[in-house]
Amino acid sequence: MKSRCPICGREALLPDDVMPGEVIEHDCGVTLEVVIDGGRVLLKPLEIGEDWGE
Amino acid sequence: MNIALVYDIARWEERAILEAARKRSIRVELLHLETQPLTVSGRPPVEADVYLQRCLSHANALSSTIALESTGVRVVNNSRAIVVAHDKLWTLALLSKAGIPTPRTVIAFSESSAMKAAGALGYPVVVKPINGSWGRLVSLAEDEETLRVILEHRVYMNNPFLKVHLIQEFVRKPGRDIRVFVVGDEVPVAIYRVSDHWVTNTARGGRAQPAPIDEELRELSLKTAETLGVEIAGLDVFEDPERGYLVNEVNAVPDFRNTVAVTGYDLPGRIVEYLASTTRR
Repeated sequence: MKSRCPICGREALLPDDVMPGEVIEHDCGVTLEVVIDGGRVLLKPLEIGEDWGE
Repeated sequence: MNIALVYDIARWEERAILEAARKRSIRVELLHLETQPLTVSGRPPVEADVYLQRCLSHANALSSTIALESTGVRVVNNSRAIVVAHDKLWTLALLSKAGIPTPRTVIAFSESSAMKAAGALGYPVVVKPINGSWGRLVSLAEDEETLRVILEHRVYMNNPFLKVHLIQEFVRKPGRDIRVFVVGDEVPVAIYRVSDHWVTNTARGGRAQPAPIDEELRELSLKTAETLGVEIAGLDVFEDPERGYLVNEVNAVPDFRNTVAVTGYDLPGRIVEYLASTTRR
């Protein structure tokens, strides 16, 4: 499966069974989050939450 | 047999759990909180024998667990275990009461009482919020002046919980601490987190190495998990030169990518097998 990096505009390869919310490390160095919207698979930059983590 | 994976962000860990379940022919229902609202009581959102809580956000983990439990489903870890483990003070209080060795800790509600507490513990001291994560806002105060600066910064932060100061003795660790995993009544794997820096979290640059689990560490870990009511957990344990093992923190939604990488142990598989075994009872 393919989508597009919103930062560099280049193609991003995703697993066929990609999960909503999945973290993707793109070749351009940006960490992206998968958003599945009405069957469309989009990517957005991952924003780290204040209360994340163990 | 099927498992619901409750999550907000799917990292390496969540993908590994999904793959481990598939290998064992266990069906996984994804419950992604950004796309799925949860009702309070009523019908569970998906059909599953057990729900595995894997939210990265503490607020999401606790709130979704409470909502799911209200529908009558079993969530691992449960809401009480999550809230207790997230609160460092509550964790230390329960562990101490159960006779589990922990670092000497004082809480203070003002700058002056914090200074008094630190003086009594003896410098250096570690100052941390009662509910932080990934080592954020954990500070080392070498002396009175450093502590004063740290506390002054906290005064200007809006979160009232940051004004409850958890002050601990600085344990003279041997350049590492131990991350021990508990899954049910087993202690399957542990790593050292090695660092030249006094903060050894791998999220803060600590290097993971396989660590042995002796009988004392095994028993201590199981007792800790039992005391807090956690079924799947990552425990942070210090080695004190005089007192031996000290349990410092417990994580109810632990990271384990580095553990799997350096030990080769199939921890996601063990988690999945544990969940399957509990539903067969």
